[in-house]
Amino acid sequence: MEDDVIIGLEIHCQLNKLNSKLFCGCSTKHHGSEPNTHTCPVCLGLPGALPVINKKAVEYAIMVGLALNCGIAEHTQFYRKNYYYPDLPRGFQITQYDYPIAENGMMTVDVDSIERPVRIKRVHMEEDPGRLVHQGSIETSKYVLVDYNRSGMPLIEVVTEPDLRSPKEARRFINKLRNILEYLDVFDGSLEGALRVDANVSLKGGARVEIKNISSYKGVERALLFEISRQRNMKRRGVTVTQETRHYDDERNCTITLRSKEQAEEYRYFPEADLVPLSVKDWENKLKARLPELPEAKRDRFRSQYGISDNHAKVLTAEIRLANYYECVAGKCDPVMAATWVADYLKGELNYRDRDVRDAFEPEKMIFIIDQLKKAIITDKGAVEVIRVLLDEGGEPASIIKSRNLAKVESDITRKAVTEVISENASAVQDLRSGKPQAMNFLVGMVMKKTRGRADPEEVNLLLRELLECTL
Amino acid sequence: MSGQYEESIAKVFDRIKKSKINAYITLNEHEAMETARAVDKGEVTGRLAGMPVAIKDCITTKGIQTTCGSKILTGYVPPFDAEVTARVKKEGAVIIGKTNMDEFAMGSSTENSYYGVTRNPWDLNRVAGGSSGGSGASVAGLECRISLGTDTGGSVRCPASYCGVVGIKPTYGLVSRYGVVEYANSLEQVGPIARSVSDAALMLDVIAGHDPKDSTSVGEADKVTYTDHLNEGVKGLTIGVPEEYFGEGLNPSVEKAVWDGIMTLNKLGADYKKVSLPHTKYALSAYYIIAMCEASSNLARFDGLRYGLRTGKDENWHSTFSRIRAEGFGQEVKRRVMLGTYALSEGYYGKYYLKALKVRTLIKRDFEKAFKDVDVLAAPTMPTPAFKIGEKTEEPLSMYMADVNTLPINLAGVPSISVPCGFAGRLPIGLQLIGDLFAEPLLIRTAYTFEANTNFQKLPEGF
Ligand SMILES: [Zn+2]
Repeated sequence: MEDDVIIGLEIHCQLNKLNSKLFCGCSTKHHGSEPNTHTCPVCLGLPGALPVINKKAVEYAIMVGLALNCGIAEHTQFYRKNYYYPDLPRGFQITQYDYPIAENGMMTVDVDSIERPVRIKRVHMEEDPGRLVHQGSIETSKYVLVDYNRSGMPLIEVVTEPDLRSPKEARRFINKLRNILEYLDVFDGSLEGALRVDANVSLKGGARVEIKNISSYKGVERALLFEISRQRNMKRRGVTVTQETRHYDDERNCTITLRSKEQAEEYRYFPEADLVPLSVKDWENKLKARLPELPEAKRDRFRSQYGISDNHAKVLTAEIRLANYYECVAGKCDPVMAATWVADYLKGELNYRDRDVRDAFEPEKMIFIIDQLKKAIITDKGAVEVIRVLLDEGGEPASIIKSRNLAKVESDITRKAVTEVISENASAVQDLRSGKPQAMNFLVGMVMKKTRGRADPEEVNLLLRELLECTL
Repeated sequence: MSGQYEESIAKVFDRIKKSKINAYITLNEHEAMETARAVDKGEVTGRLAGMPVAIKDCITTKGIQTTCGSKILTGYVPPFDAEVTARVKKEGAVIIGKTNMDEFAMGSSTENSYYGVTRNPWDLNRVAGGSSGGSGASVAGLECRISLGTDTGGSVRCPASYCGVVGIKPTYGLVSRYGVVEYANSLEQVGPIARSVSDAALMLDVIAGHDPKDSTSVGEADKVTYTDHLNEGVKGLTIGVPEEYFGEGLNPSVEKAVWDGIMTLNKLGADYKKVSLPHTKYALSAYYIIAMCEASSNLARFDGLRYGLRTGKDENWHSTFSRIRAEGFGQEVKRRVMLGTYALSEGYYGKYYLKALKVRTLIKRDFEKAFKDVDVLAAPTMPTPAFKIGEKTEEPLSMYMADVNTLPINLAGVPSISVPCGFAGRLPIGLQLIGDLFAEPLLIRTAYTFEANTNFQKLPEGF
């Protein structure tokens, strides 16, 4: 717990589920395309080309505002943020300033069972600039290439109040935000550049430092950890932290000075007269009705509908894809078993492989596995192995069970093995009869060995007791 | 044997090549002759079929150099047509070329063009007006039949007035700005310049109407046909005469010609009365603040990296960019960009820009109030006839003063038309008729009635 840490975030998320850009008809599906192939006079900022707002993007932004419990503006307006940069084709970025689309929201994050409310200052819309491509590194590149495929991609910026108290909370917040956006189906966080974060961090009483352009989820926590320890060290040495903007270098894991307060940028915001103010009050009510079920509501429903534990419901609803996967499975088999197998085993195996639910096998296969478990054809251990093979090699669960001999052996085979073990290990039997319970473990082990692990240990145990008429 | 249109268009190019006016920056001869031949063969038709039309050089034309009168855009060939260009082409017009203008439309005399000053066909030592000087002079000098200009603070009406032709500044939003290189985007509109009200109305028919590519385009389900309103007369109309437009600096010949014009309309059945637009005195400063602020932002994109001027050796981005802008922009452009940048900067925004917006609202209200009482306002377009080349170049303020009667109209977004109403010596004078939002039909019928009953629609000596 770091009581003196104050963190505020500005999170830029691409509304990359839209088909066209924010102000023109160009496709947003440019990932992996040749540079500058998804451009037109508008997103290249050619003289005379005018922006026209993508109404769908406004709808998406309103939905985000509603999901973050914000108030939606009656009128919203765009502004020009004027600055010179080679990736900015017009010399200004069209963004929102006064009159953002949504304001004054709230979201909670919980770390170590502490639930912290985080106030959302505003949600606003803006366009992405192009992308600079350096030859080699920034320092050694002789020139820079500009790719405008990204230019005009619709972004929303979520700005929090400085309510976060630790890098871990910050990361949690961002994850939760990402999940909500994916629930709304307006965002795919797995695409490159989909989410970028600026973080403001200070120690109580000290100056505020802004870290710009952190572009990975893990980077946020690392950048903040670095910056907090930097500020702590300065404080310890009696050096004053100055207000400045720093850049986070992901590769070297450090932050470096970009500009100080004295050189603060002057953006000369003023209204974008090419886009008339939008009255969005009517949209709000329509969109409210269309808002999908959000994580918390889904969690409560899972608990009551499927009778699963609090913890399972929470894990399963943290990501829309996992929730959907679970619902698919739970609909066709024991929902409580399904919760364990999806939330604990499948999710665990995916995490271990640093993979996503999207990389998992089809829910039908999971239903089959749970069915085999229920019918006692495979053991828990066998089921885990099926899951691992499916994730690593793919295939059909039935053939994996067969080819790896994972089906439990027939009871008479077990019985035969138990009889053999009893006759082959007279001294252990004697030990057991004379009251040494450890002997039971040995005998069970021998049976397991004989059946190459296919027998159910519980069943072997019972059989041994039965055949030896042992009352232990 | 060549056809009728081919012959007449060839004549136009002959005249242009011998001309001393310098109305054009770029000629489109090859394509124009092809279009003319196609019209002769009946392959191209439309309301403007075969008509020689000129387009101001800040309106994009696919495949034809578009420079905005600036060095920084030398050699820039846009890959797309402005909406107005597309509409004009669709009606079969023959695009003669791109007309000269004050650099990025900043000026009232076309002396700020990198491609040289445009001369007034009525007196070659005088300016043709600006910023659409080339568009005005090309029509007056018979170098095209109708031209397109843009009007930010009077830029269509000023050259129309100085060159003795008709110019219309339409209601803001009536004509698409898509493809118009922005100078002060909240103020400018494309407008036609022609020798007659009917030609101007015909061009307005072609270019007016909703365009989904321009968010400020005002959608009208059933489009008005302006040429249908020419003959409706002025009986029963009330003309307002705003006293503030007859103020200090008004040339007596201009004052007389305009009053005579009002009396003519009165004789034709219109009533008239004096009205007041009390906030007019603040219009000039508000206008220039808004225009310069917008310009400083609109011109930020010209860095010579992707198109236009690229000279010298490439250094780092900041140096290359600064050098190209220093070289590529003229003095007036630099002045306005710097003043606009200053006015928008922190601490000054509220003092200048927001205040200017407030004035703009007051001026709008002045007009709203006036149009409750009167149908049309009548005033001088320009306070003086065309001035001599070089006369005002050293005094930007006196140049700005010239727009005092036209720019309030752009602040309010209302339409206005300038129609010839007399001469000061041999120099034409313009009568400005101002209407309420979307009152173009009313303005056109008033101007047409005036034109039909007067004899100021003349050609300059020697033309
Ligand atoms: Zn585009």
